[in-house]
Amino acid sequence: MSAGTLYDKVWDLHRVAELPGGSTQLFIGLHLIHEVTSPQAFAALKDLGLSVRHPERTVATVDHIVPTTSQARPFADPLAEEMLATLEANCAAHGITLHGLGSGRQGIVHVIAPELGLTQPGMTVACGDSHTSTHGAFGAIAFGIGTSQVRDVLASQSLSMGKLKVRRLWVEGQLQPGVYAKDLVLHVIRTLGVKGGVGYAYEFAGPAIDALSMEERMTLCNMAIEGGARCGYVNPDAVTFAYLQGRPFAPSGEAWERAVAWWTSLASGPDAVFDDEVCFDATSIAPTVTWGITPGQGIGVDETVPTLEQVDPDERPLAEEAYRYMDLRPGAPIAGTPVDVCFIGSCTNGRLSDLQAAAAVARGRHVAPGIKAFVVPGSEQVAAAAEAEGLDQVFTAAGFEWREPGCSMCLAMNPDRLEGRQISASSSNRNFKGRQGSATGRTLLMSPAMVAAAAIAGQVSDVRQLLPT
Amino acid sequence: MTSPSFPMGPITELRGRAVVVAGDDIDTDRIIPARFLKCVTFDGLGEQVFADDRAERPGEHPLDRPEVQGASLLVVNRNFGCGSSREHAPQALMRWGIRAVVGESFAEIFYGNCLALGIPCFTASHDTVLSLQSALAAAPAQELQVSLDPAAVELSDGRRWDLELQSGPRQMLLTGQWDATSQLLAHGAELERTARALPYLNGF
Repeated sequence: MSAGTLYDKVWDLHRVAELPGGSTQLFIGLHLIHEVTSPQAFAALKDLGLSVRHPERTVATVDHIVPTTSQARPFADPLAEEMLATLEANCAAHGITLHGLGSGRQGIVHVIAPELGLTQPGMTVACGDSHTSTHGAFGAIAFGIGTSQVRDVLASQSLSMGKLKVRRLWVEGQLQPGVYAKDLVLHVIRTLGVKGGVGYAYEFAGPAIDALSMEERMTLCNMAIEGGARCGYVNPDAVTFAYLQGRPFAPSGEAWERAVAWWTSLASGPDAVFDDEVCFDATSIAPTVTWGITPGQGIGVDETVPTLEQVDPDERPLAEEAYRYMDLRPGAPIAGTPVDVCFIGSCTNGRLSDLQAAAAVARGRHVAPGIKAFVVPGSEQVAAAAEAEGLDQVFTAAGFEWREPGCSMCLAMNPDRLEGRQISASSSNRNFKGRQGSATGRTLLMSPAMVAAAAIAGQVSDVRQLLPT
Repeated sequence: MTSPSFPMGPITELRGRAVVVAGDDIDTDRIIPARFLKCVTFDGLGEQVFADDRAERPGEHPLDRPEVQGASLLVVNRNFGCGSSREHAPQALMRWGIRAVVGESFAEIFYGNCLALGIPCFTASHDTVLSLQSALAAAPAQELQVSLDPAAVELSDGRRWDLELQSGPRQMLLTGQWDATSQLLAHGAELERTARALPYLNGF
């Protein structure tokens, strides 16, 4: 059983009571809500005659359903309009802060909470969205919940939870040029599998993790859930504190020094005990691309689609399903696979450094004929910062569309979607069947720089060949 | 078909026919595609469960076979319900008629979402699930009995397999306390004590 880890310390600090069924009542420090998974929770509260216990600990934004071309109200899609109007009414009725369209603070919930300084080390963070694991980048314990649990947090500022085991993923070495946190996490999931993390929290540690920026750590923790781990985290350090300092909701003045001291004390100590440990070498990781229908079906861009014989016997039925669905030939190189649509954005890779990495590839080049390529900043703040650097100009000059912030084609709840059997190069997090809005649409997951490279070549390409040496 | 009432109160056993949806890593996007999440109630989701998989094979998807219409038990394989946290997935299954799931393993968020609706997710070994699936393939219209304590499934011919159900969820289901809200609301004082001790809520 784990002991002395950040997970154990944060868990203990937030424990309210032991519940009759053997689970623990856990206090939730930060609750984030959006328009898709909250309306039924508010309706349930009303049915039960309950109020929101701590409205100041819940923060809302709108992201999943917003169009990325025109965000003028009312939206063209009446269902999308109804969802946003419902969120606005619920937030107004319960005194919850909503960072809405045009506020300067709207964006994907997992982008805005960190950039506003809402997410801090040592917190428990819950949101009705599986990618809540993102916030673990700060040394928070952050996890996705369902709508009944959203109701519970609204009503009681707490959840009934079981404690997870803790697996340390120790990453030696350094990521090489052209290889990003996205490649690292796709490599981890490829290695440990999409079910490997079930029952665990993932602690990412080691020299390669220490060297990551906060935005890279967010990409890494974001996809812990794709490896089955409901939460992933990185111990807070000087990189964390430098990111937080000066943000609107971060502590300031004398409280800042006390906060840093407390945050520092939360990190897993040298005597921490883990339930499991796995080591990786970052230096050997190549830009990674998925070829199948789960995020675990990934390979280096210089590899070939695995043959059935190369796949673990347990995984062969899924591989056969993936060959059929993706129409990719076992044994064929993944590089050179033609793509139709290129999407840069999402809670995984829609932050400023992601756009910078993609723009570095796009600058002075042009999207291949017939390719639809678009960039969706993760938030209004990301958009403003990117525009201040002229990245929007770089992208549009290269033939990419520059859009308004939202979740967009990661899950295609807005008008951005694949058509028919189109195949996308996507910086998002899921390549499930039908994920990007067409029941037969296909997704190749990769880093934003790799998406830019695919857009320019019209096919999957090794971004390392496009970067200055 | 009139939909049976949603789970309420203590749950000790279930009787009914079973539908097998075979395969590993069946994600919640497949159970309920994202476009159906554009709603402010869960009411209409039962008809949309597995919409794209069913459209791909009209009339051939397990949920569309005539002999399992009205089934209340779902039998699956490994890591069922992975991916998105959308409670719309168990809501859609529940509104189709599912009241219990047996599988080799489940994604955690899906498991918790089912529990919050009073739907037990039983686990069993690979061999047990395969045996159950082949028995159901041979006689798909048979009535099964699933009990929570001890956790087990029994076929109409008397064959019986032990299942596993985590002790916490089992206790919650047996006592009717699977809906956590009232338990959480019972500890207001302890909750405020916890909050008062958290540095980030108290100026560090």
